[in-house]
Amino acid sequence: MIQNLVDGILVGSVLSLGAIGLTLVMHMLRFANFSHAELLSIGAYAALVFDAVFSALLPPLAASIGPLSMTWALVLALVAAVGVTGASALAIDRLVFRRVRAKGSELSMVFASFGVAMIIRNVMGLVFGLGTHLYSKDIVFAVVVSRDPMLLIKPDQVFVLGAALLVMVALHLMLSRTTLGFALRAVAENPTLAQVNGVNLGRMIALVWVLGGGLAAIAGVFYGLTNQISPMIGRDLVLPVFAATIVGGIGSVYGAVLGGFVVGIAANLALAVLPSGYSPSVPFLIILAVLLVRPNGLFGEARA
Amino acid sequence: MIGLLSYAVFFSTVASILAIAVLGLNLQWGFTGLFNGGVVAFFGAGAYGTLILGGTPQADHLGGFGLAYPLALAGGAVAAGALAWVVGILTLRLRHDYLAIATFGIAVTFENVMRNAEALSGGAKGFRGFERPLRDLFGDGFAYNLFFFSLVLTLLVAVYLFLERLVRSPFGRLLRAIREDEDAARSLGKAPARVRLTSFVTGSVIIGLAGGLYATFYAFISPQDVLPTLTFQIWAMLIVGGAGNNRGAALGAFLIWGAWTASGWALSRFAPVEAQLYTGSIQYILIGSIIVAMLLWRPQGLLPERLVLSQSGQPVKPRQQGA
Repeated sequence: MIQNLVDGILVGSVLSLGAIGLTLVMHMLRFANFSHAELLSIGAYAALVFDAVFSALLPPLAASIGPLSMTWALVLALVAAVGVTGASALAIDRLVFRRVRAKGSELSMVFASFGVAMIIRNVMGLVFGLGTHLYSKDIVFAVVVSRDPMLLIKPDQVFVLGAALLVMVALHLMLSRTTLGFALRAVAENPTLAQVNGVNLGRMIALVWVLGGGLAAIAGVFYGLTNQISPMIGRDLVLPVFAATIVGGIGSVYGAVLGGFVVGIAANLALAVLPSGYSPSVPFLIILAVLLVRPNGLFGEARA
Repeated sequence: MIGLLSYAVFFSTVASILAIAVLGLNLQWGFTGLFNGGVVAFFGAGAYGTLILGGTPQADHLGGFGLAYPLALAGGAVAAGALAWVVGILTLRLRHDYLAIATFGIAVTFENVMRNAEALSGGAKGFRGFERPLRDLFGDGFAYNLFFFSLVLTLLVAVYLFLERLVRSPFGRLLRAIREDEDAARSLGKAPARVRLTSFVTGSVIIGLAGGLYATFYAFISPQDVLPTLTFQIWAMLIVGGAGNNRGAALGAFLIWGAWTASGWALSRFAPVEAQLYTGSIQYILIGSIIVAMLLWRPQGLLPERLVLSQSGQPVKPRQQGA
């Protein structure tokens, strides 16, 4: 039970990072982006490529950091992956979403995102193969924290949780302390009023995509570090990430953080009761429960 | 020659079944503006419902109620409608994203439950033990396929005529009014949430009917038949054909199903052996690109919706200044 709880918190930190970007996009552009989870997959694979490149160029970087399976090369690769994924998110918006937005309704965007997700996922499969990859082939042994109740934690997991929390704090400071953060929140609240006050809407939309893509890349790399990398990352995470945004309330960054942890913990605790085959169904049950009890989520407001 | 004819019948049967599903989706999306991201859940509910109600008793899973075929088919469609009602009642009064996400979620969950709940559905092995209707009369060969094709075609025409009548009726006008401007419709005393629910459930019943026919045709259904990919294919058919146009919806079903089978055949025939594993990926990229391209360059589809203007009103001439 305690093991499920701890695992849930770890999965939750990854889902939170993914959900922050998704909730911002959904709030600002007003459509459910089914391709957001594919950005996690882009980030994970980009880091895999850069990791190999950096390790080959500078072999000393390929040494593990302390007890982690993570290497300095992977740290640099993570930074590069954030850039690549942010740029990809922006490019996808320029190529597809912005044009569909200019012509059609918000619902055409939902459908366009289905198409984009399908294309990205299968291109990944074609380029990197349908099998799975790992950042490190070294086996990292879990540390026995306690034997009764049994609790095993890998050093990587502790690192991932700490780093994810650090990123969230940084994002909080940016949103609450900087002019850029104020502008971003203003646009999300009321685009017209924000523009009257001299906020450049186009630039803010671009910022949301880059920010969402960057966070998704971090989430993707952390997911790859604690699980494995496969073209199906997007397919497997799309529903949990959506569930996290709905739990938190669409548009609420803090809600998305909390929602990620709620979904991660609930999904892992449910495994203590349900046979493990049913775990893909858990996010949907959470969505149903939220819609029944508090349709606008924990922090969301009603908006048509 | 007979081989080609027999394949044409086989192809047209599957395409017509899918066309029925596309017509159901067209009622939801084309005429009401509801995004159903989990078409396959309702298709699957119809399929499993029909086989469970109409099948012969099985040792390892539910079923064997042995209902007469029309009742079993109707039961499957009702099961799809019931599922739609549950999702609809929870999401249709919220902003539109919720319906998209919840329907997508129910499709994932439906497939997951059918794969795992062996006592209900036979699990990953699929659902067996179904006797196709009137098999004694037509046997298993070409004659049966021809009979079944005529059954499917009759139902396709019936659904088409029903929907054409529906969208021309006052209810159809109300659907379009709500799609275009919900607030205006509400100001006239209409209840958008209830009308949307009616449309969503009706569309899902039609999709469930298509699922029931699909399962009957193969006398088998497994979780492999209800993957999210099918949702995507059915959507592609509607977008390509033309949302809001029933003829376009049916046309799209034949075109996309044709393109899908043709590309699968071409890849298996001409692609190098090592690429065979990736046939599915290539097909998905193709169909994804078709959809994105349609949305960018011809969002109204091949056969666009015909605008129905006020029937009594004459075109109004612009008033001249000072007149």
